[in-house]
Amino acid sequence: MSVDWSWIADHTDDLTTLTLSHLQAALTAVLLGLLISLPLAVLAHRVRRLRGLLLGLSNVLFTIPSIAVFVLLLPVSGLTRTTTVIGLTIYTLVVLLRNTVEGLDSVPTRTKEAAKAMGTRPLRTLLTVELPLALPVIMAGVRIATVMAISLVSVTTYIGDGGLGQLFTDGFQRNFPTPVIVGVVLTLLLALVADALLVTLQYVLTPWNRRQKQGA
Amino acid sequence: MYELLKGLGSWLVGAEQWTGSDGIGHRLAEHLQYSLLATLVAAAIALPVGLLIGHTGRGAFVAINLSSFGRALPTVGLVVLVFLASGLSMWPVYIALVALAVPSIVTNTYAGMTAVDPEVRDAARGQGMRWYQVLFQVELPLALPLIMTGLRLALIQVVATATIAAYVSFGGLGRYVFDGLAQRDLVQVLGGAVLVALVAVVLDLALSALQRFLFRHRPAPQS
Repeated sequence: MSVDWSWIADHTDDLTTLTLSHLQAALTAVLLGLLISLPLAVLAHRVRRLRGLLLGLSNVLFTIPSIAVFVLLLPVSGLTRTTTVIGLTIYTLVVLLRNTVEGLDSVPTRTKEAAKAMGTRPLRTLLTVELPLALPVIMAGVRIATVMAISLVSVTTYIGDGGLGQLFTDGFQRNFPTPVIVGVVLTLLLALVADALLVTLQYVLTPWNRRQKQGA
Repeated sequence: MYELLKGLGSWLVGAEQWTGSDGIGHRLAEHLQYSLLATLVAAAIALPVGLLIGHTGRGAFVAINLSSFGRALPTVGLVVLVFLASGLSMWPVYIALVALAVPSIVTNTYAGMTAVDPEVRDAARGQGMRWYQVLFQVELPLALPLIMTGLRLALIQVVATATIAAYVSFGGLGRYVFDGLAQRDLVQVLGGAVLVALVAVVLDLALSALQRFLFRHRPAPQS
């Protein structure tokens, strides 16, 4: 099994297009997942009863095989990018919701009481005290969700999308390993770069953590 | 949607679906075989690694990064790649599933080990316990709940992903998903997906019951 370098040289344009399309699908899903999970997490954090329900529901969603999720969305959104993004968003939700709730839980009660005693209103406490303090745990979730989404996009090759995943079906059908190897390597690189960028973002967003914590 | 659900109902209870070499019974057994074997092999690799890293405190950086590397590996690509390299054998499926399960088990085992109170560890050493006694009699029991969490997470992922075995022409419940996909038969796809999710949930509940049974003498964890 050797790499056919000339195939790579001949297909750089295609590879760039696929990489960008791959990245776009994953990033859209993570952003949507964040938008949906933040309010839900705040609800789950405040209302004890909703907490078990929401977290339990998202755990069940996680057990459904991803291929099946995408296929089942076909009657709703067809063979389109929308199907890909909806399916991926469902998966990112599981991780993001759990981590955001845990992050909010990790904020010390004393800190919240101090904010209350200073007369800070609940919404402002949430935005300026709780969310910033929960950020490290939330960001850990965002990192996992991003890497997961990037690796999951490939599955949508079965419903005609797939980004870099198209290289897998292509290689499989032609019994030609080069595209498969290139696809795996590019997916890993995308995930690595995205993860590194998120670590940097977290470093920038949490200046108060720099002195106490050495990254893990 | 209603028609789909009605179709699903009759698909699931139809007697002819449950028998024979492509019946649900047989596919279920295959799926369980792939999932359990892969998780066992992954545990045999990942548990010692996680325990050693946690005990010695060395190699944590490498282990954690390897884990996120494992999470980034596209399973479909891995399956196809090993398939093209090894031909028609079970290797692609098992290698991909093991690679998927190892990271969760390593990171949770390591997390469980680091969560052990250093004072407890020091006390054990101070009593003259050997390193293996500290590891097996003190650290391992204290880390077990998190280790079990890792195993459960890995098993769920493996059960859901074992579906892919059918893509490279093997069995398991994924057969229904991929055959249904090829035949544009949504009922069959839905049936396969529901069965896979059921298997994952039931196995997870079984493991969590086992966990409660093993720790029945312990005070409930504070959380």
